[in-house]
Amino acid sequence: MLIPSPKWLRGDDIAASEITPRGVFESRRRLLAMAAAGAAGSMPAPWFARDALAQAPRGQKLPAAPNNAYVVTEKRTPYEDVTTYNNYYEFGTDKSDPARNAGTLRTRPWQVAIEGLVKKPKVYDIDELVRLMPMEERVYRLRCVEGWSMVIPWSGYSLAELIRRVEPQAGAKYVEFVTLNDKKQMPGVSARVLEWPYTEGLRMDEAMHPLTLLAFGLYGEVLPNQNGAPVRVVVPWKYGFKSAKSIVRIRFVDKQPSTSWNLAAAQEYGFYSNVNPDVDHPRWSQATERRIGEDKGGGFGALFAPKRKTLPFNGYGQQVASLYQGMDLRKFF
Amino acid sequence: MAPQDLSPPRPGAPAAGARPARASGQPGLATLPPGRVRTVKLAVWLLAMLPFLRLLYLGFTDQFGANPLEFVTRSTGTWTLVMLCVTLAVTPLRRFTGWNWLIRLRRMLGLFAFFYALQHFLLWLGVDRGFDVAYMVKDIAKRPFITVGFAAFVLMIPLAATSANAMVKRLGGKRWQWLHRSVYAVAVLAIMHYWWHKAGKHDFGTVSVYAAVVFGLLAMRAWWWRKSVAQPPERRARVRDRA
Repeated sequence: MLIPSPKWLRGDDIAASEITPRGVFESRRRLLAMAAAGAAGSMPAPWFARDALAQAPRGQKLPAAPNNAYVVTEKRTPYEDVTTYNNYYEFGTDKSDPARNAGTLRTRPWQVAIEGLVKKPKVYDIDELVRLMPMEERVYRLRCVEGWSMVIPWSGYSLAELIRRVEPQAGAKYVEFVTLNDKKQMPGVSARVLEWPYTEGLRMDEAMHPLTLLAFGLYGEVLPNQNGAPVRVVVPWKYGFKSAKSIVRIRFVDKQPSTSWNLAAAQEYGFYSNVNPDVDHPRWSQATERRIGEDKGGGFGALFAPKRKTLPFNGYGQQVASLYQGMDLRKFF
Repeated sequence: MAPQDLSPPRPGAPAAGARPARASGQPGLATLPPGRVRTVKLAVWLLAMLPFLRLLYLGFTDQFGANPLEFVTRSTGTWTLVMLCVTLAVTPLRRFTGWNWLIRLRRMLGLFAFFYALQHFLLWLGVDRGFDVAYMVKDIAKRPFITVGFAAFVLMIPLAATSANAMVKRLGGKRWQWLHRSVYAVAVLAIMHYWWHKAGKHDFGTVSVYAAVVFGLLAMRAWWWRKSVAQPPERRARVRDRA
């Protein structure tokens, strides 16, 4: 160096003992990042992290061609509401928690194991799954068991496409979906609100139904973590909790699988959980629903927005009612 | 009964077993001049109004979030419970500190609990159910969590209605006090309401904290009551005088 930098710039005056070792420095940064993502315990992100997280960039593009056979024409729920009002208990029980805390979820590398009663069990890499079929955009109604609903443009393809490739055996009667269960990435898993890992299931014919979507994106972008990245199912005629998020395992079984919400409160959440205005939840009516974001803004106007009538099978009765012919839907709720 | 509790007759009339200020307590805070009490009352009034003003602000600036009715209903429910806890904390705090003037905040705090409960109730009946009274009755009969919530609200009505000084006189101190002990039932019912609301989702984190606070505050009363019953009357008087 021709021009020696001043001593205070070179740092020669700093005793070696005062310099933070690289490892310590990095672990502090990790701690800060963890705190920012709310991973330090199950606490929500502290105040200093909120603004940073609120400005998190939107996801990468995930081009998908609209499939007009599966597009409802109702007003779409704004992206903002779809991505900040979520039930995803692995990231906290408040509906604003997932958007705040799901930053810790690492979606690459990611594998999905297809196992159980199939002729071709296989562990798929997520990118292989993404490329398995051309992406379709489908606009579905989503009805939450809590009495609210959204209209969401998903990107993905029919789960049936994947199922055909792994060739289920004759004995496979049900499909079980297992969500990632990792304390390090999911702060909410430390709270014993549910049996982890989150497990859901469908009957084989439900899983094979063309409406059942394996989804990788929404609004033309890669799924935000809080919406179940990198891959989830969307079963639009059932209450939202049936659509498992962040799936790591799909297992084909011969008996009806135990599902997380059914284990938590069997009298409230049945295995089928088809949207049904005639079967009330023990603590509230399912006859009507509040459509999120239907009115502009979130102020007093929206407060007085009228509710909608809930439709049997969430409006998909024509397509799926035949699956349940002869079944007492009050008994198999 | 401590003389300062008698004049003028206050709605927050002496709670059962309330003690006069400890002689050894800090004299600066144990007795406040009326002007200072008024200042404290104003400050507490403003603080207790903040949740309401916040809701107004969020409403006018379109910040109720994705599900406005849920947000506002939960917010008013939470603040009802907070105000109930604060109201129930007045007597224990007064006993521990000897700050007798605290009693003069109690009516206002209790009325604030009712203020938020009324909003909570009207949001449910009016906005959520469109003032469909038949539906309301059905809901109350069918769903335990609504039943207990409604019961808590109904029990608060006579308390709010008899909060004025004139009502204390009309009822007589003893009867008034007896009536107002139903606030204990209100608190327990409110906790049950919240607990059952969260039960289906197995989400007991927050409600456990409120439950612990309420049961702590009630347990203190039970303890004092047991102690006062266990002691013969002369001794009770002596202990009180000494304290």
